[in-house]
Amino acid sequence: MTASIQLQQDTATQYLLRLGDTCLILGQRLGEWCGHGPVLEEDIALTNMALDLIGQARALLSHAGAGQGLDEDQLAFLRDERDYRNPTLVELPRGDFAFTVQRNLMAATLLKLLWQRLQTSTDAELAAIAGKAVKEARYHQQHAADWVVRLGDGTAESARRSQAALAQLWRYVPELFEADAVDDAAAASGLGPRWADVQADWQAEVGAVLAEAGLQPPVGSAFRSTGKRGVHTEHMGHLLATMQHLQRAYPGGVW
Amino acid sequence: MTNPDTRTEWPLWEVFVRSRAGLDHKHCGSLHAADAAMAIQMARDVYTRRQEGCSLWVVPSAQITASDPGDKDMYFDPAEDKVYRHPTFYKLPSEVDHM
Repeated sequence: MTASIQLQQDTATQYLLRLGDTCLILGQRLGEWCGHGPVLEEDIALTNMALDLIGQARALLSHAGAGQGLDEDQLAFLRDERDYRNPTLVELPRGDFAFTVQRNLMAATLLKLLWQRLQTSTDAELAAIAGKAVKEARYHQQHAADWVVRLGDGTAESARRSQAALAQLWRYVPELFEADAVDDAAAASGLGPRWADVQADWQAEVGAVLAEAGLQPPVGSAFRSTGKRGVHTEHMGHLLATMQHLQRAYPGGVW
Repeated sequence: MTNPDTRTEWPLWEVFVRSRAGLDHKHCGSLHAADAAMAIQMARDVYTRRQEGCSLWVVPSAQITASDPGDKDMYFDPAEDKVYRHPTFYKLPSEVDHM
């Protein structure tokens, strides 16, 4: 077994890890659909998107680790659970297809809005990553929105499942837009926007899709998830065990 | 058309892709989709993920009328000995591209 790496987590590194881990963990969840898609074409679509997200994660994690002499593989596979900074939303089990496309809508809308603003980051490499990723995120958002409307406005069964998925997912939305010192530092240095800065646009875009789908978001609750601070659900450990197994068992293994 | 109540599969669509360098859309395969918008989206994911194209067409397969394979001899063989129909006896000016 390979020991975990220790990573210095200053605010800029945490900001990059939040983005990179969001892509990495959602990519891992979408990859789970490989061979299980409802139809062949969607199987390919979901794994295409998983690969887009893994590509974005590679660029972001390489960038985040470069200053400390750590590479993308070490960051992706050799961190302890508490050192992953993704919001809880993306680590939840993949659920059914309605759950997956709704989460994709939420995550892709967030990422698209962030990438748009990150194109003017004072960090030139991050700006370049954003310029490439924003096109991918736009497609992910459109693909997810299309399915959310089809299922929400579809049969009685698909509408029931869609409403159930929304009830589950909506609890994890407030965390996305909670401001903290990491976001404040990024906004102050010009590294990137506070995630809270895109909340109004996110609500408008996601709200329009849900309305077209005939879906009602549940009323908000006081519950706050804490993935961005490294405190995850019990699902994260299982995900990491699967994801990290090869690199832990065969250190430095490559294709 | 099949009665929608007994139909268990989405309708079939033929997919045409125009490559980056190409001038025309070429048939590249088919897929099942509920409607045209879904067919375009799926065609993007299934047929253009290796940089194959820059434009897509989809056409309902049911809308294509094909010649009868049984008519092949009657339709196509008579053209075999009409070599004079090929425009290879003309010399094109160099300004004329893409012929």
